[in-house]
Amino acid sequence: MIIKNKAIIEDDWTVLRLNEQESAGNVVVAAGKMIVPLKVWLAQRDALQQRTEIGVWLASDERPEDLQGDIHKFSVIAVDFPKFSDGRGYSIAYNLRARLGYTGELRAIGDVLRDQLFYMQRVGFDAFAPRPDRKIGDALKALTDFSEVYQASFDQKLPLFRRAPRKGNSTAGLINE
Amino acid sequence: MYRYDEYDQQIVDERVKQYRDQVRRRLSGELTEEEFLPLRLQNGLYMQIHGYMLRIAVPYGLISSRQMRMFAHIARKYDRGYGHFTTRQNIQFNWLKLEETPDILADLASVEMHAIQTSGNCVRNITSDEFAGVAWDEVVDPRPYAEILRQWSTFHPEFAYLPRKFKIAISGGKEDRAAISAHDIGLSVTKNAQGKTGFRVLVGGGLGRTPIIGSEICEFLPWQHVLTYVESILRVYNQYGRRDNKYKARIKILVKALGIDEFRRQVEADWADLKDGPGTLTVEEVNRVASFFTDPAYEILADHDSQLNAFQADSRSFSNWMSRNVKPHRVPGYAIVVLSLKKPGNAPGDATAEQMEVVADLADRYSLGELRVTHKQNLVLADVRQKDLIRLWQEATAHELTAPNIGLLTDMISCPGAEFCTLANARSIPLAISIAKRFEDLDFQHDIGEIDINISGCVNACGQHHIGNIGITGVEKKDHDEWYQVSLGGAEGNHSAIGKIIGPSFTFNQVPEVINRLLQVYLRERIEAESFIDTVRRMGHTPFKEHVYATDFDGEEEESVDKHAVIPAQYSVPYYSPRF
Repeated sequence: MIIKNKAIIEDDWTVLRLNEQESAGNVVVAAGKMIVPLKVWLAQRDALQQRTEIGVWLASDERPEDLQGDIHKFSVIAVDFPKFSDGRGYSIAYNLRARLGYTGELRAIGDVLRDQLFYMQRVGFDAFAPRPDRKIGDALKALTDFSEVYQASFDQKLPLFRRAPRKGNSTAGLINE
Repeated sequence: MYRYDEYDQQIVDERVKQYRDQVRRRLSGELTEEEFLPLRLQNGLYMQIHGYMLRIAVPYGLISSRQMRMFAHIARKYDRGYGHFTTRQNIQFNWLKLEETPDILADLASVEMHAIQTSGNCVRNITSDEFAGVAWDEVVDPRPYAEILRQWSTFHPEFAYLPRKFKIAISGGKEDRAAISAHDIGLSVTKNAQGKTGFRVLVGGGLGRTPIIGSEICEFLPWQHVLTYVESILRVYNQYGRRDNKYKARIKILVKALGIDEFRRQVEADWADLKDGPGTLTVEEVNRVASFFTDPAYEILADHDSQLNAFQADSRSFSNWMSRNVKPHRVPGYAIVVLSLKKPGNAPGDATAEQMEVVADLADRYSLGELRVTHKQNLVLADVRQKDLIRLWQEATAHELTAPNIGLLTDMISCPGAEFCTLANARSIPLAISIAKRFEDLDFQHDIGEIDINISGCVNACGQHHIGNIGITGVEKKDHDEWYQVSLGGAEGNHSAIGKIIGPSFTFNQVPEVINRLLQVYLRERIEAESFIDTVRRMGHTPFKEHVYATDFDGEEEESVDKHAVIPAQYSVPYYSPRF
């Protein structure tokens, strides 16, 4: 089960994680809907891109730019959070969405916990695979923790000050440039 | 000052609700302590020696009398009747119960306050010049920009889990009173030759284990771009800052590793598509926020009230206070008053609930209902009519708020130290008190003049020891003994510098004598009105070092029978520390 577009749904994708004996070049990618590590994608690109449905995942120290020309080939791109406190995945997501123009499913995987979901959805994640030891229904609630935000990000392109009339005198004439 | 509108209030109210649920889940065991830790930290809640400590944000140090009264209420209801003002212009309460913290936040939200991002690896409370808006040397009022940055950084989704904490300071005077070069980002709001407003941007300054003065990344950034430019700095840092070693994770290490030119290139590459985008500030937004900081209706008054001069001639104490604690205001007939929280014998930066109520009353009566917290852990009444100074002084004196020592030796910065903090190696507050006692004599303090003595209980430098003219740092040696390193030559302001350690460390009881010896060299060598730091700069460190180590220290330490015995605190806060 995952959360996608603010609903709990069945998930038929499998995330491939390499064990110590496997290498990106020689690991056998099983048939079916697989989300493969970036390294595997880069090493086995010719074969993998023949598949009708393929996904890729990025580690927190990898660069989304490495996918650039291939971005439209994926049904899902996932970003791994090795620890919930590793915040690089937020910038990876922002860059994928805002800079590289990725519009497909963007999924948070790894140490994904309820209290980070609100931030994750703001930078462009639309799918979340919360840690399996937690109640997924509880995690869903976090997406509505806040009903208003100050700053722009991917979900909200305009900062609050460009969207809403706010208290104060905006024609005070204290700065005119 | 800034007042919340329905958006600000809603965000803070929803935060209280979110946090209340997080605490509920922690208490029920649904959240592990490891998972709860970053959540509570992003809400300023630490687990310290005695229990939970809550750090409450005082945005850029500005606070209303109503908010100050709420602090008094919290001190009485949830704590032990006092609070501690910090070097980042916040306040900390030390003796809280976890299950009560959601109620404290709800109380705070009722007066437009919160504890959001006062800790954790995120953008912390923005600090600023305590004299903003009234300073005699102000070029541009930094408060509107501080508030704009506060809103922008509050719950920024991308920068809540940075490699390490991130501190931004902003100043707008000719003299920097916000220590901007000791911050991750330092902003100096100014005007260029064409009269346009903009920012000089420094990056990668910081204290801690690796003290570094910030480097200039942009000489003049037009005001419209401040949010997007800061965003790009943070994005580069979030992606490339080190996460493998806590002590190398601050942005200063990244800036140093890349070099400022390469770091700037990366920031500007990231910024290219943000520049002039929707994050760009508008004239309307700056005007809107600035409209909360317009001048009050100042009365037309004459400077130098004659009554004041007569009273100064009569009262030495008042005259001392006038010369140290009262600063020039840019409007004639007004003055800026610094209320000292450094009365020798008291813990630096501590205020009792009663004192908080008194200062709130004083603010209402004499300073338009507003106060500021200074990074030197004092309080400021920014808009006092000169003709009210005598009455104000008399009333404040009755509550130990008029020690005439601002900028002098006993106006020390001190972190809470090992009695409170789990990081500290050594006590800070008792040492500050011991130094203050040794040099209590006011004539001596006035003779020494301006000097900054900053004390930190460990290398993390909450007491900003690196930028003290004399810096004192607690270091741990074997068997948990307390030792202190002494550094010399640090400074804040426009001529910021990092102090250098003078040599082997000292015991608790030796430190006051070390300071005495440093001062003796100054008294011997100074030329006319030269300040301590100027003498140090002119002479170099050698004569100071030589004199300190030339002779033994009298009266070796009294050996206590049991080093780990519980010793009652030596000052008036009623508790026993488990460590000392």
